[in-house]
Amino acid sequence: MPEAEVIPIDGRSQSDPRRCRATTKDGKRCKRNSIGASGFCRTHGGREETRAEATEKARRQTARARVEDSPSDPRERIRSFMERRLAGNYEIDDFGFDEELYRDVLMPLARALYQDYFRVKTIGIDRIPAEGPALLVGNHSGTIPLDAVMMQHAVASEHPGHRVIRNMAADLVWKSPFISSLARKSGNAVACDEDAHELLRRGELVGVFPEGFKGVGKGWKNRYRLQRFGRGGFIEVALRSRVPIIPVAIVGAEETYPMIADLKPLAKALGFPYFPITPTFPLLGPLGLIPLPSKWIIEFGEPIAMDDYPEDAADDAMLIFDLTDSIRDTIQQMLLRNLGLRKGTFG
Amino acid sequence: MTENATPEGRRILITGVSRFLGLRLAKRLEHDPGVAQIVGVDLEEPPVDIQGLEFVRADIRNPLVARVLEATKVDTIVHTNIASSPGRLGGRSQMKESNVIGTMQLLAAAQRATRVKKVVVKSSTAVYGSHPGEPSIIPESYSDRQADLSGYGKDCAEAETYVRDFGRRRPDVELSILRTQNVIGPTVHTSITEYLSLPVIPTALGFDPRMQFLHEEDAVEALYRALLMNSRGIFNIAGEGVVYLSKAIRMLERTQLPLLVPMASSAATLLRRFNLVDFPVDQLKLLVYGRVVDTRRAQAELGFEPRYTTEQALSDFRDHRAKDHAPEPSAHPTWERELFEYLRTKAESDRRTTDA
Repeated sequence: MPEAEVIPIDGRSQSDPRRCRATTKDGKRCKRNSIGASGFCRTHGGREETRAEATEKARRQTARARVEDSPSDPRERIRSFMERRLAGNYEIDDFGFDEELYRDVLMPLARALYQDYFRVKTIGIDRIPAEGPALLVGNHSGTIPLDAVMMQHAVASEHPGHRVIRNMAADLVWKSPFISSLARKSGNAVACDEDAHELLRRGELVGVFPEGFKGVGKGWKNRYRLQRFGRGGFIEVALRSRVPIIPVAIVGAEETYPMIADLKPLAKALGFPYFPITPTFPLLGPLGLIPLPSKWIIEFGEPIAMDDYPEDAADDAMLIFDLTDSIRDTIQQMLLRNLGLRKGTFG
Repeated sequence: MTENATPEGRRILITGVSRFLGLRLAKRLEHDPGVAQIVGVDLEEPPVDIQGLEFVRADIRNPLVARVLEATKVDTIVHTNIASSPGRLGGRSQMKESNVIGTMQLLAAAQRATRVKKVVVKSSTAVYGSHPGEPSIIPESYSDRQADLSGYGKDCAEAETYVRDFGRRRPDVELSILRTQNVIGPTVHTSITEYLSLPVIPTALGFDPRMQFLHEEDAVEALYRALLMNSRGIFNIAGEGVVYLSKAIRMLERTQLPLLVPMASSAATLLRRFNLVDFPVDQLKLLVYGRVVDTRRAQAELGFEPRYTTEQALSDFRDHRAKDHAPEPSAHPTWERELFEYLRTKAESDRRTTDA
């Protein structure tokens, strides 16, 4: 496993758990007490637990207990897993997230890619709160959104809380057979305000890639150049939910499938947002689907608190525009800095 | 029933009283001390006796329904007559006529009836349709996709527009719309229960929709609570939690048969032709994209807490029904069990009297 560089943030880890975890606009810690187990004070989105949340928590605990109780012999484990699956004895949340499948099957599958192939190095993983909601905003690239999966794996494996990132996925994903059901089961949600708010309300980490298909489908010549950040919808969500934004810079995904051309007419005919031509695809056929083994660095930036803005800030179009720009800029700077850390694209 | 009660008790009119929910609601209100009179309207007589029910054989599409409202002096209307499948009505056009024009006529009559102070309409979550890009948990406020609705969902959406018009014209009336999720349980018959009773269940290849169910008893309870509480507005009604269709099929110990989506609609037509399942083609999207609604509002404002979760409703359905593989022969057997029980008790009491 690659060494994770841990950057401590003003002694946060030793702080009083009864205090609010949010950071105020001037970078200081919030001094108010947190409400219940939420970890945040009233102004920073802390609330008492509702009935539905209590049920949800209980569901998670049983799911976790099941994971811990499972037999140690791997063959026995697989057998009991299959048995329960075939009997329909497993639980999902309202979004269709199947935590057991995620932790026991999907993340272990992603591990080989993460650890040995892309040799992902993470920076600042401790900036992700141990619990409570946050919005992770990342750059998107690489033709096939592997970056979303690697970001999930980074937090699932290296973060002390082994938290799950719930990524927001676009319509096209939900229209596609197989991909849509896999996306649901692995914790993705529909890229719309309702879903984002609801997940944050439930205290989840939500991942968004505001560049969308403009990011994954951009050409090789635009590598590491951030595209337009949508219409700033994610800022609005963060302001309304009063949750911090964590900028995420992902280096390495650009080189997995370097797109040298985009066959727009074919894409249009097939209903895809783009049709990539890479050095190996479609030249080598299915072999062209193997990503190039680039070296990856994922950096999680300092959380940016969103709760010191006035109540109606989410309706201030100019403020949203400015904030969108500043976050885009932050990520761009992180990208350029981390590109310099790599010894070479594949090194 | 305490709130809303007048000294002499409430006078409640139930449309669709011979259908599943109307009948059950009438049963539920039968011995309620706060209810002075239940008036049931339908085309056919209810199959079981309901104490104190005044049954009026009438078609709500007929303007005469205004006279019924006047003559029976009702103060509350519960409209449960929006049907999800043509059933005994005949074709789809009759179904639409009954659903949409019926609602329109009923509300036109209600608008004039000054005694009416409360109206509860049973609609369906079908008004949201099923689309790949819609919110994972749909709140009541979500409704901007009505353009691509068809069949039952469209009927409900159109009926709801008349209901809202009525609300604007009679702001003094307490108006609520209940959007119920797929109802399932030991006795109810819907296209979904018939579908899930098939020995081999066709599904859409590559899709595993999230399903949410509402137990039949909870559906009745929700209507009852809507009558009881001084609340207005639109409420999603569903059981807690969701299941994947694949899991539901496993829980029911059935076999799944994945079909390509274009083939699925012809499969539905075939099943329909052979009278196996009356599954409306317009509902097929539900089996591709699924639909889950947000029920917090009903919980907060109606105090409605379903007794059965989605999974429990499904298990209850399985334990009571799924064993009879062959679909029931009758075309509209929603009250079959009640009728059966009624006949049995009647036969017993007859025997007792002859014995004596």
